Amino acid sequence: MVNLGNDEIVKYPFLTEAGKYLNDKGFSLEQFGSDPDLKKIVDNAFERIITSSEGKIFKSDPSSNNSALPLEIFSFLIAVILLKLSGMNTLIRRFSLAEARRAEKFLEKDLMNHQDATKAKLSLQILQELFSVTVEKTDEEFTILISDYLKHSINFHEREWKLINRKVSKGKVHLTPHETVRLVRKELDRHIYAKINSSSTPQMIVGFETYVDKLKQLAKKFEVKTVESKEFPPCIKHAIEVLEKGENLPHSGRFMLATFLLNKGQTVEQIAPLFKNAPDYNPKVTIYQLNQLSGTSGTTEYKCPSCEKVKSQDLCFAVPACDTIINPLQFGRKRV
Amino acid sequence: MNAKDITFLEDTFKKFYFENFDLLHVPDDPNQREFGYQKFNGGMNRHISLKSDKELHLLLMQNKPSDVYCSNARYMFPNLSMAEKDWQNAELIFDIDAKDLRKEHPKDNTLIKCSDCNEISQLKESCPKCQSTKLSFITLTCNDCIKSSKDEVVKLNQILTDDLGVNEENIKIFFSGNEGFHIYVPKSEYENVGSKERGEISDYIMFRGSIPETFGFKKFNMNKSSLPKFEDAGWNGRLAKHLYGTKSNRSKISQEIISGGYTLFQKKLEDFRDSIGIKIDPNVTQDIHRIFRLPGSINSKSGLTKIFVEDLKKFDPYVDACFIDDDEIEVAANCPIEFSLKKKKFGPFKNEQVSVPKFAAVYMMCKGIASRV
Repeated sequence: MVNLGNDEIVKYPFLTEAGKYLNDKGFSLEQFGSDPDLKKIVDNAFERIITSSEGKIFKSDPSSNNSALPLEIFSFLIAVILLKLSGMNTLIRRFSLAEARRAEKFLEKDLMNHQDATKAKLSLQILQELFSVTVEKTDEEFTILISDYLKHSINFHEREWKLINRKVSKGKVHLTPHETVRLVRKELDRHIYAKINSSSTPQMIVGFETYVDKLKQLAKKFEVKTVESKEFPPCIKHAIEVLEKGENLPHSGRFMLATFLLNKGQTVEQIAPLFKNAPDYNPKVTIYQLNQLSGTSGTTEYKCPSCEKVKSQDLCFAVPACDTIINPLQFGRKRV
Repeated sequence: MNAKDITFLEDTFKKFYFENFDLLHVPDDPNQREFGYQKFNGGMNRHISLKSDKELHLLLMQNKPSDVYCSNARYMFPNLSMAEKDWQNAELIFDIDAKDLRKEHPKDNTLIKCSDCNEISQLKESCPKCQSTKLSFITLTCNDCIKSSKDEVVKLNQILTDDLGVNEENIKIFFSGNEGFHIYVPKSEYENVGSKERGEISDYIMFRGSIPETFGFKKFNMNKSSLPKFEDAGWNGRLAKHLYGTKSNRSKISQEIISGGYTLFQKKLEDFRDSIGIKIDPNVTQDIHRIFRLPGSINSKSGLTKIFVEDLKKFDPYVDACFIDDDEIEVAANCPIEFSLKKKKFGPFKNEQVSVPKFAAVYMMCKGIASRV
């Protein structure tokens, strides 16, 4: 595993074992609830969570870590404790993402560090060990194997991350330092989220109650209520029209239509008649295939393909209302 | 297909397999592959495990299949159900089929079969007998179709080697047994990637989903110098050649592109998909649980064999992949257009009883336009 100095722990606090770190520094959790000198750290931790809930990145002050108390590291660790005590998943999610973006900035800076080779080396090592991405540095560019790139880039919905929109040659994708780090943001986020989730929740600590209550209140703000219209998205309408006309709908279109309706709660018996006009209609085969898709004959329940996939299969007939969705199932869903 | 035709084709295929065992092999790692087969008028039998060529040959003799398949994926337990197979990896595969290349059916090589009254006739918009528009299309031997499929294979090979970094020796081309080619990349870094990632690879190869920025077209402060150049690697270089034709045109055409604006360029990129994108079947490449036609086996859509192609340029599927013997056979044929196999011309046959070599009889029966008498 990567060997971390204090400097690095400030940047990547999620790489430490929280309990062990506090113990090593001679602290117990209870002290943070009762010692007025440590209150500043708890305030800081609370602030760190609030900042992340607003979608912002907690401002770093690395100088504070030269003092006897590495405030930044402690504030991260205590923030994790507060989050665990609150049990509010929505806050943990926001916190993980904000921390991932914070670490991303440091990783990027370290990657480009021409003066200190060890810093650049360490950031490459983090990418390798945490995310199994082997990055090679060539001049100002970084290259990674296409197969490695794809494992990460498929998490993005923005078109710029599609392989077709990257510079590709001889099996490698060329990236800027910013893109290299951005590529692993989701995994970084997942790593931090998983780490927080897997850490044990302590008993309520005296002195933490008010913070935890406030976090519970805050989380309520993020509850989302949605309403859904009954209208089908244009891709589904088109597929139904094609079938109604007795024209041939490609396999991918049939898959999209069937999984969409199944995911919306329709039964195999309700859906099957839709296909009766297809030139190659066979009722037995249709029922068999619908049962496969619904998971009744197999173990997998198939999901409606994403808009990106639908688009790539030439089955998309987007209207402005499609601008904000990434799956046909979300069509007509509005927040209230 | 009627019982008499099925028996005839089963016996013919069996004879071919018996005499050509040397063409049919299990892959190097048979224990990890899933095999499957179909019988005429029957469903798919899959989740089969075979350990050796001998077991494969036994399956062919005992079951007289119409089609035989083998997974490109490797599994720990290939004979268990899909959820329990424990997928390990899969060869990267591509399917180039003439039917995906043409904008319209080739007039001289296509028949229509009416789904309502079963009438077979020359290519028309509706059935001449009952005017139904529910038609299926039957393509017969078509040299132009094979030529355009070969062109796509050459373009695919270039992208695989130049862009995706695959060694040329690691690209294996097979004739599909009907009117296209199957391309395998048996060992590569890509064999561990999943279905979504393979979808990205097929989009790349097909030139799908590109945005103007990729080719240096910015919404603001646009400059000619950022547009693609001939010497650029990957799609930039290929697009430059397509856009400008010659280097001397670059300046003039770049200016036209800039004047046209961002949206027009975006629209053009979408149109270029048809002209420069490689026309592979993306579903084949993305499917990591597919059972793919086994090399050396007969394709029941044509009676031709899926075989390894050593020299793509010289390869003539209608000669080199036609292995059925030429004993004369009597059939009732309804083939209103001419076709050519093993350098011999056949047809047109207007619902008549004819005597033809067995390979031509099998071809027409597989296409559904002839029957044993």
